[in-house]
Amino acid sequence: MQDDTLIIAGKEYSSRLLVGTGKYRDMEETREAIETSGAEIVTVAIRRTNIGQNPDEPNLLDVISPDKYTILPNTAGCYTAKDAVRTCQLARELLDGHDLVKLEVLGDQKTLYPNMVDTIEAAELLIKDGFKVMVYTSDDPIIAKRLEEMGCVAVMPLAGLIGSGLGICNPHNIRLIIENAEVPILVDAGVGTASDAAIAMELGCDAVLMNTAIAGAKNPVLMASAMKKAIEAGREAFLAGRMPKKAYASASSPIDGTFF
Amino acid sequence: MNIILNGETRKVAENCTVQKLLADMDIVGQRLAVEVNEEIVPKSRHDSFVFTEGDKVEIVHAIGGG
Repeated sequence: MQDDTLIIAGKEYSSRLLVGTGKYRDMEETREAIETSGAEIVTVAIRRTNIGQNPDEPNLLDVISPDKYTILPNTAGCYTAKDAVRTCQLARELLDGHDLVKLEVLGDQKTLYPNMVDTIEAAELLIKDGFKVMVYTSDDPIIAKRLEEMGCVAVMPLAGLIGSGLGICNPHNIRLIIENAEVPILVDAGVGTASDAAIAMELGCDAVLMNTAIAGAKNPVLMASAMKKAIEAGREAFLAGRMPKKAYASASSPIDGTFF
Repeated sequence: MNIILNGETRKVAENCTVQKLLADMDIVGQRLAVEVNEEIVPKSRHDSFVFTEGDKVEIVHAIGGG
């Protein structure tokens, strides 16, 4: 499994688990969970600096260093293409020209379902501006292909609503998207526990991006460890090729040589 | 003169630069990005960019997110 690497925008990664940094109790828990997960790509959000905050308070990027991790700024909270583009431009300035971004344009506060019209508009503008776009999308295979053709470096369909932990709600669509794809396909959102991550990988996903499944666990650091193993197990099972399902039993022990 | 900093009015000196504002806020050297009237002010221009009355200034940083 040494040479089974994930390649995104020309860069190789050995971990197929991407993690978010939201919803942790504190910086120390964030650091420990992310380190345990083995993730190499870590998402962050871009927000206003709190004026008058304690200047001694650790900065996220001091804990999750860009020297150690590939930082993936997201456009979470954006509901228009314009806001998403602006967020990416600020992120690029913040990260000294680093141009890999996670584009998400949301459609509605209750479902946080992606607004694909604005997502496509933003993706077009960002690609033209030199960004490498990993795009959060609905699980529509036609839209997913369109995003790939536009030049997105990875396409990331939801498996369930953001933060819902509902698991892989429509594995058939995820499989259709994977079958048609020539860029990495990542399940982004929906994973609730380790088996969900394994299922995504067994379907043939190139990687999985998650946040709440780890941060929202009772013991986030232990769940980070579980997710690391689930991703690896699911990937190996996919590469191994599962046995066909059968309607009836098939004995594992030989009939020949029985003495009864 | 007043500027709108992260949504709030803030009084700054005439000829105040981005660099001076960051120093006043005690956040020089932190990982952040500055935008004035929806245009990025790159780090290389923090020293030379002078605010004008009513400028809408956003200073952002990275926080936890998924």
